[in-house]
This record gives sequence, C-alpha cells and structure tokens, in this order.
Amino acid sequence: MAGNALPSEKPTSSGSSSLLYDPKARGIFYQVLTVAILGLFVWIIVNNTITNLNRANIASGFDFLKGRAGFDIGQTLIDYSSDSTYGRALLVGLLNTLEVAIIGIITASIIGFIVGIARLSSNWLIAKLAQIYVEIFRNIPPLLVIFFWYKGVIAILPQARASLALPFGTYLNNRGLFFPKPLWGGGAWLILVALVVAIVLSLVIRRWARLRQEKTGQQYPSGLTALLLIIGLPLVTFLALGAPLSFEYPVAGKFNLTGGSVVGPEFISLYLALSFYTASFIAEIVRAGIKAVAKGQTEAASALGLRGNMTTRLIVIPQALRIIIPPLTSQYLNLTKNSSLAVAVGFADVVAVGGTMLNQTGQAVEIVTLWLVIYLSLSVSTAVLMNWFNSKMALVER
Amino acid sequence: MTINQSAFVRQEMNPPLPAPTGQGGLTRWLRLNLFPTPKDTVLTILALALLAYIVPVLVQWLFIDATWTGVDRKACATVSQGGVLPDGQSGACWAFVSAKFQQFIFGRYTYEERWRPLLVMAMFVILLIPMLIPKVPYKGWNALALFIVLPVVSFFLLIGGFGLPHVETQLWGGLMITLILSFFGIAVSLPLGIILALGRRSNLPVIKMLCVVFIEVIRGIPLITVLFMASVMLPLFLPVGWTFDKLLRALIGVSLFSSAYMAEVIRGGLQAIPKGQFEGADSLGLSYWQKIRLIIMPQALKLVIPGIVNTFIGLFKDTSLVSIIGMFDLLGIVTLNQADANWSTPVTPVTGYVFAGFVFWIFCFGMSRYSLFMERHLDTGHKR
Repeated sequence: MAGNALPSEKPTSSGSSSLLYDPKARGIFYQVLTVAILGLFVWIIVNNTITNLNRANIASGFDFLKGRAGFDIGQTLIDYSSDSTYGRALLVGLLNTLEVAIIGIITASIIGFIVGIARLSSNWLIAKLAQIYVEIFRNIPPLLVIFFWYKGVIAILPQARASLALPFGTYLNNRGLFFPKPLWGGGAWLILVALVVAIVLSLVIRRWARLRQEKTGQQYPSGLTALLLIIGLPLVTFLALGAPLSFEYPVAGKFNLTGGSVVGPEFISLYLALSFYTASFIAEIVRAGIKAVAKGQTEAASALGLRGNMTTRLIVIPQALRIIIPPLTSQYLNLTKNSSLAVAVGFADVVAVGGTMLNQTGQAVEIVTLWLVIYLSLSVSTAVLMNWFNSKMALVER
Repeated sequence: MTINQSAFVRQEMNPPLPAPTGQGGLTRWLRLNLFPTPKDTVLTILALALLAYIVPVLVQWLFIDATWTGVDRKACATVSQGGVLPDGQSGACWAFVSAKFQQFIFGRYTYEERWRPLLVMAMFVILLIPMLIPKVPYKGWNALALFIVLPVVSFFLLIGGFGLPHVETQLWGGLMITLILSFFGIAVSLPLGIILALGRRSNLPVIKMLCVVFIEVIRGIPLITVLFMASVMLPLFLPVGWTFDKLLRALIGVSLFSSAYMAEVIRGGLQAIPKGQFEGADSLGLSYWQKIRLIIMPQALKLVIPGIVNTFIGLFKDTSLVSIIGMFDLLGIVTLNQADANWSTPVTPVTGYVFAGFVFWIFCFGMSRYSLFMERHLDTGHKR
C-alpha cells in the first residue's frame, strides 16, 4: 500500500502523480467509486425486481391496503373482522405489538430490578439464587422459552371442561387464562378524571413542598400525601357514585368457558418468555449500575448522618440511574424487537399479520417497507423518550 | 553463668484453648452470610422454603420419575394415555431424546454419510482448541486454517463433490445447522463489523453516511424481519431463473444482522483509543491500513472483547430464529420431532425443550466464561 503524501508536499508541475497522492483527491475518488458501484448494484436489483414482479403479475404500490383482508385474528384490541381491510389488520397487529411490548417492559423492569438488587444482597443464598436466575435465562434463546411455555406447558394444561379454577373467578386451561371482565356503570369516567386530578395535585404538592423545604428547611411528607391522594380520590369518587362496577364472570359451559375476558396461550407464552428473558439482562445492568457508584459516596452520606434507606434513595439510586438508563433503553428496544417472535406461535403482531398479508398478496417489497418504517419509528420514539428521561437524570455540571 | 534456679521456668507449652465458638469456620460463615440481621434471617428462611418446594419437584421430574429407555411413546405415557406408566406419574421422557439424538445433531442428513459432519466437527474442535489457548504458538496459521481452509474443506465435505455423494442442504439440520450458521455468522460479521465501524468513523462523508444508515436500519429492526427479507426479497433481486439456496439466504441474513451490532461494539473500542495513538502512527509514516492493522485494531479489539463475545452469544441464540423461516436447526428439529406420532405424549415437548435449552445453555455459558478468562488474561495494564 502506498504511503500518504507528506503534508508539506505541494502539487507540482507533474499534476497527475500529485493528484494520485493527494488525500483529498483520493477521498473524492473512493467516494465516487463507492457511489458508482452501489448505484450499479441498486440499478441491477431494481431492474430485476421490476422484471420479477411483472412476471408474477404483482402491481406495486400501497393500494392493496384497502383490500379485504379475509383472515381472522384471535386477539384484537380494536374492532376487527375478516371483512376489514388489510390496513386495519396491520393496525391491529401494530397495537398487539405495542401491547405485548409495553406490558413486557413493565414486568421485565420490575423483575429485573428485584433480581439485580438481590444479586448485590449480603445474604449469600439470595445472591446465589439471583445469579442462577440470570445465568439460566441469559443463556437460552427467547424463542425456545416461548416454545417451552406454548407447546410444553400451556398446551398440556387441562381442556376447557376440566379447567383449573384459580381464585377470584379465574380459570386456566389450554385455551388461555379466563378472568372476570369488569363492566363499568354510568359515570365511571369520573373515576378516571379523579385519578388525573389526584396525579396533578400531587405534582403540585411535591413542587410546593420542595420550595418550602429550600426556603425554611421544614419537610413535608409529599410522597405519602401523593400516595393517599392517588389511591384515595378515585376510591372516594367510586364510592360516591355508588360503586358502578360489576363483573362478568366466565362460566364453565359444556365445551368451553363463556363470558369474561380471555388471554390466549400465544400472548401468555410470548409475554412470559420476553419478560423473563429481558429481566435477566436488566438485572445485570442494574447490578453494574449500583456497583459503579463509588464507595466514597455511601461513606460520605453516612458521614453526613443519612440513614441507610435515605442513603439508598438520595445518594445511590440517583447516581446509579445515570449509568443504568442508556443500556436499559437498548434492552427496552430489544424487547420490542423480540416481540416479533410472536410469529412463531401465531400471536398476531405486526410481523405475523404482515407475513399473512405477504402470503396472500405477494406484495413483498411494500410489506417489508412497512415493517421497516414501523420498527424504525418505534425504535426512534422509544429512544427519544428515554433520552429525554436520561437528560433529566444526567449530571448537571456547574 | 548458671541457669537461674530461683525462678520457675516452664519447660512445656500450655495446651491450646478451644477456638471461641461462632468466630470461625462454618458457624461464622453462616452467621455472616445467611443470618446477619432479622431481615436476612427471614429472607434466608423464605429462600430455603422456596428451594425445598422446587428442587424436589424438579429432581423428581427430571430424574426419579423420568423414563430413560424405551422404543416408542408407550414407555413415556401413562395407562390412560395408552402407555405403561401408572396414572398420575409424570416425568421427563429421556427415551425420546436418546431415540432422536442423531436427528437432533445431524437433522435428516443421509444416514450413511453422517461421518462427514462428524469429521467436520472433529476438525473444527481440533483447530478451535489451540486457537482458544493463549499459550499455543502459530496463531496466524491456526486462524488461517480455522477461518479460511476449514470452511472451504467442510463445504465440499458436507455438500459432496470429489467423488462424495451430493447431500442437499434441505436435509441438513439439527445442532449441525446451528453451529454452521453461528460459525459462518461469526467469521463474516467480525471483519464486516470492523469495516463498517471504520466506515462510520471515516472522514469521507458519503462512506460515513452509508455505514450509519446501514448500521442504524439493521439495528432498528428485528432479526425475523431481516430473515423474512432474505427469504422473500432476495429471490426478487436476482435475475429471472436464478435461485438462492435457503441455507445461504439464512446465512446472509444472520451475518448482515450481526455485523451491524458488531460494528457498534467495535466503534466503542475505536472511540476509547486516545488520539495520540492515531497521530503517533501517522507520524511514523504508516499508511491508513498499516495504522489500523498494527496500532489501532490490536488495542481496540482487546478493549471490547466482552462486547464481541456478547455479540457472538447473541448470534448463537439468534440462529434459533431460522426455525421460523422453515429450516430445521436444533430448535426446529426438536419441535418437528414432537409431532412424530410414535412419540407424542404430554411430556415429550417439555423434555425436548429442556434438552435443547440445555445444549444452547452449555454453548452460551461456555462462551461467556471464556470471555471472562480472556478479559483477565489480556488485562495488561491501564486498569487499576
């Protein structure tokens, strides 16, 4: 490989050789070459694709989204039937993806934080149990865990006739988890309003308490007040309205349970596998984050006279969160992306619905484009949200 | 001078006193680690109760009530399910695993030709072990044999040619496919990831932009969409009449996917190299590629070994996704065999997945332990 020209070497009369050794000229040359090769490549691909699509009589464009879907979806959050359009089917899939991702993220965070803190416990047994959990779930493919629950456990549960009866009118059988469906009476929206009011009020109180503490040094139990408000206000509204809530219990019929709400085995296995899998990674992130807080910080806190739980709450956790949040974000994104494994068990997420559409219409290019757009926007919005949270948490340097 | 006769001088040692109880040995350890505070005592007792509840059930199911030998489903099914076991007994069906073991390893590879994948595996192990032990010399030749010669030789050994009968890739399966996919993925994604990472840090705007777009798009979408893309889009991209082998499509999908992740890991290493190293290399008059090869990469790669191994582990686990696009890797073949009417019992799926999970776990756990070992071995300074 020829060496770079010395910086002092100015272009001389022999223009061609100096241009050859000029880093700038070479840079431009390489870039033009790359673009040319890539352009040729893309041109060949587009050409071939058009030829292939014409041969298969597939019209390109997104008009097919208005066509009748013609397939059923087991679990939907919005109204959908096989007469709905492809576009609506895709929307159902997107909502299902979001549902499993959001519930999974919440569960995985809770398990992950508990296990991560348990790994740091001074109690040997607890720490070891947490470590075993992490080492098992981190090293097994999530798809295998999904199959384990779906085909290994839920499929061999008793049939509907012999459902396992759980507390609170809940039943479990090989068709999923049946639980009472809450039926809200008139005026129930006031409860929601009360909840919002309570949240806003507690934010106001927290702000006022902090200002007062900064001015006078007097503390106010704003956390307890907020808790009482958020639980109390909706509860009082609920009782004042005369408890407008009843339940529709699942009833065991001859062949199946009727009534109530049901969560299918596909959702259960996907949800369990994703939460347990991601939780093992979150546990390691939490452990690393807490361990990364310097020991001097804890010692300084106890020198200031802070008690154990105050040290944790005011000194360790705020600093640990700074370290935890960026990798946590990428775990949340991983969980969202892994929710596409739904296609393996037939849970109708956006990939599964898209795959069915692809089989029916053959619109490969359009559907893959839609997948790309949907997942990229999900990733970007999660990243934006977590970056905002991160910037709030980040060290304020003075 | 004579011995002092007036004072008493003891001539023998006192017998040792017993050690203070609870200050050493097992009791001390128990007191410090399991019962230091009332809260810990409660937690310990709860954890012990949990263990006492779970472990016997697991041992009972996995070993005591398990069926170890048998020729068909009768051995694993209870009387009411048409088998021989007493009703109500449930245990792992290891007989299923041992009956299907060859399939789990080789898939449906032609029975008489199975010595070929075995030979490939043996060569792989023989080349891999010296590669993994830091003290063994000739690493360069070893790498050449492992990453260039072995793939070529094993390609012809596995698919046939030179007098060997042809075995279609459709018939390949089981652990063999899992290992081929992950080995190929590793061998491609590492160099490709290095190039992408260098491109992302390049001064040339066009190249930088292309690399950023590629990396971010691939990282933003799930592997399964990449695999779908590889299986439905690649055929569209090819001229009429050309076809791509299914295995090759999966290989392309998996290695493109992991190279984007690899690029980000390596970029982290590149960013950790002080600017002085780049400038020092420049001042020595090294060319760009000399600088990268001799100065930057050895330091950068060493820094990110844990990240690289994590990507490998992720890649190994991700190969299980090819079962969704209709290939029979270890997970796919286990799932396929559960449908075998000869062996279908309620415990067969669970047993199969426990076995597959154990195999995956061994490989991933082994890789993560090896990365810890390498981290300590290469830790030659800088860190306190």
